[in-house]
Amino acid sequence: MQQHFSLDTSIVLIALTLSVPVIVIVGFLFVPATEVWHHLADTVLVDYISNSLLLMIGVAIGTFILGVTSAWLTAMCNFPGRKIFEWALLLPLAMPAYIIAYTYTGMLDYAGPVQTAIRAVTNWGYGDYWFPEIRSLEGAALMLSLVLYPYVYLLTRAAFLNQSLCVLDVSRTLGNNTWQTFLRVALPLARPAIAAGLTLALMETLADFGTVEYFGVQTFTTGIFRTWFGLDDVAAAAQLAGILLLFVITLIIIERYQRRQARYHHTSQRHQALKRIKLHGANRFAAFSFCFTLLSLGFLLPVSQLITWLFTASEELFDNRYFSLVQHSLTLAAITAFLALVIAVLLSYGRRISPNKVTKIAVGIAGMGYAIPGAVIAIGVMIPFSTFDNWLDSFLVAQFGVSSGLVLGGTIFTLIFAYLVRFLAMSLQTVDTGLLRIKTSMDEAAQSMGLTPLQTVKRVHIPMLTGSLFTALLLVFVDVLKELPATLILRPFNFNTLAVRAYELASDERLADAAPAALTIVAIGIIPVILLSYSITRSRHEHKA
Amino acid sequence: MFKKTLISLLLLGMATPAFSAEVNLYSARKENLIKPLLDRFTEESGISVNLITAKADTLLKRLQIEGKNSPADILITTDASRLHRAKKSGLTQRIDSVILTKSVPNSFRDSDEHWVGLSLRARPIMYVKSKVKPEELSSYEELANEKWKGRICIRSSNNIYNQSLVSSMIANNGAAATETWAKSLVGNFARSPKGGDRDQIKAAAAGQCDIAIANTYYLAGMINSKDESQKEAASKVAVFWPNQADRGAHVNISGAAVLAAAKNKENAIKLLEFLVSDEAQEWYAAKNGEYPVRSGIAASDTLRSLGEFKKDNLQLDKLGILNPEAVRLMDRAGWK
Repeated sequence: MQQHFSLDTSIVLIALTLSVPVIVIVGFLFVPATEVWHHLADTVLVDYISNSLLLMIGVAIGTFILGVTSAWLTAMCNFPGRKIFEWALLLPLAMPAYIIAYTYTGMLDYAGPVQTAIRAVTNWGYGDYWFPEIRSLEGAALMLSLVLYPYVYLLTRAAFLNQSLCVLDVSRTLGNNTWQTFLRVALPLARPAIAAGLTLALMETLADFGTVEYFGVQTFTTGIFRTWFGLDDVAAAAQLAGILLLFVITLIIIERYQRRQARYHHTSQRHQALKRIKLHGANRFAAFSFCFTLLSLGFLLPVSQLITWLFTASEELFDNRYFSLVQHSLTLAAITAFLALVIAVLLSYGRRISPNKVTKIAVGIAGMGYAIPGAVIAIGVMIPFSTFDNWLDSFLVAQFGVSSGLVLGGTIFTLIFAYLVRFLAMSLQTVDTGLLRIKTSMDEAAQSMGLTPLQTVKRVHIPMLTGSLFTALLLVFVDVLKELPATLILRPFNFNTLAVRAYELASDERLADAAPAALTIVAIGIIPVILLSYSITRSRHEHKA
Repeated sequence: MFKKTLISLLLLGMATPAFSAEVNLYSARKENLIKPLLDRFTEESGISVNLITAKADTLLKRLQIEGKNSPADILITTDASRLHRAKKSGLTQRIDSVILTKSVPNSFRDSDEHWVGLSLRARPIMYVKSKVKPEELSSYEELANEKWKGRICIRSSNNIYNQSLVSSMIANNGAAATETWAKSLVGNFARSPKGGDRDQIKAAAAGQCDIAIANTYYLAGMINSKDESQKEAASKVAVFWPNQADRGAHVNISGAAVLAAAKNKENAIKLLEFLVSDEAQEWYAAKNGEYPVRSGIAASDTLRSLGEFKKDNLQLDKLGILNPEAVRLMDRAGWK
């Protein structure tokens, strides 16, 4: 009992600490609405709401179709190139959304090479032909789907691979064909994984600023920035952020409610060698084309555009400052990924071992940061930290006549804390999904054998969870590598990262000059992505043995 | 091992060498558009410069939150409105420098000497040479005329340069007239606003519109680009300097303020004085196509090719004062 109590307390404490920035922002909700709020309601609020909703629906549909289809194909079917696609389909993860948006605009815009070629061949002018407008709501949904589907793919594929063959066999003996098995058994069983992947993708969508801003789509996030800075009204901006949070909470509650009491772990550990479905003829070709097109659109094409820029148009080349940029990016990503993993495991377990309301809510709030734009999080972090700094300073001056200045503000610590607030959801979701697959009866069995919860974790869970833990680690690593707004605002003096460099040039409309830094981010991001897929494949092999 | 790394990193982050000659700079100018100048300053003066770059809005927030213990001495922004906002929030202090008051014209300095312009950014009309004769153009106001229906490209009203342009219109013509103007202007847009300033120029060059409104340094960047397609697009448009018969073309500044919390005030002023020196002023023009804030500095060849023009001499703190009003006005006009 004692153990439970201290575990509960420490979980609530950790979760609370990480919730502080979110709570600070939500706190503004209680500041009385100003007249700016009426202005917003009269003019642009409806646009913000409908655009954000449409964008979310678009990305949900896009990532679902792309992610689940590719997961099923690579997990269950055999077709040429499958082994390569298994890991290659994760590559778009390494591509920041705003970079892919820039490259596609470069390619498909009216003044870009594709349309210019069309006009050269046909002699058409402006208005003579129809061409899809990439810088639109639909375009933004497409861009975001192309880089966010890997979350759904990753988690769903792992779920498919972990599904006991028995279940699938039973389905077939009950007379379901492959397609029916997929729809009636495999898909519903993979639901927690799909939901987790979709939630990540949608939260990332809501927080996106770079893509929608560049495409001129007015969403909640652009609205927050505009209200905060253009209209100079913090309270109204925070109230918009509060509504954004309500969106997310509703989303999560709907998903949890629908899942309700269902349990998704398997009762058999008999994982036989998977008999992949051999595809023939047209199906074989279709499977290959689907995966290849996806990979091309999400990765090969934008990367080749970046490479072209690098060689033809870039005026900034790799110089000695690059080394420190790479070093900074790597250090931040590694430390954050590790800390996020440790915290996620703690919180996830807390919720499992003592599933009471307090821990649930605390952990829930701690995972909320992912949907909040990085710059808003950064401010939510700065306010309490600086308050502490200034309090400490005044205290020391009053007591000892020494000034401490800013102790936390402007340090790496602040930055990493902000990353944790923002990306904890990522590791939390992944660890949770992994834990859901472990039966509670196993915990009970372990307990009846006299193992303490900690021992259960060590001897039973960790071996079964390695894949999920590794995934959590790498996902956060890649995300921190790409992170921009919080890094920009919180970093210490003379401290730049690759993302900062890429952004500074791109936002100066020097897209081509951003290519070296953007390519370096992608290149570094590829390494964990490959490790990731290797670990998933390996964990599957271990199950077999 | 991990703990050690973390601790050393934390120390690294905190280690601000408080005893050496230094000045701490929060800059909205991008690193590559300021660092070379700072390095030159350090070479000449022996004062080292610590730099953080970010968007002006976020730097302002950071300053506000850090309060009196903020390590920053100088804030550099790329528009006047944000400097005004910094002053209004009580973040800045009076700069006493004869060199600065002498070299920088009144209208490009704060009326209470809280901030000073360092370079000028002009936002003229650009037209497609094959479709528009310069005689057809006259002023920003005239772009509301129906004859421009479906022919104008300009970026989103989220952009500060548009917010400043509209603020300057309000200052000159009043809010009611400006709102009518904005509504008609939006009606003349060739497309819903998207992309940056270069995108407007490219769209005009490609035939999507006949007129683009953009800052000149973007055009200068395209003219000098290594990328042939950008060069070609730039060659299709020309600059028209509007309102030459009356107030002059709209200009904004990139400027700097000395912060109230500054611990290295003397060094900060030294740096600002360096930034208006001949050497620095010529560098802005050559490297980023901005106009010198001081008269009598040689503009770069590219800038000279865009022609001489009369500048709007509006006291620039007006841009900041009127900014929130401009944003609302654009919202009401349906300027996305």
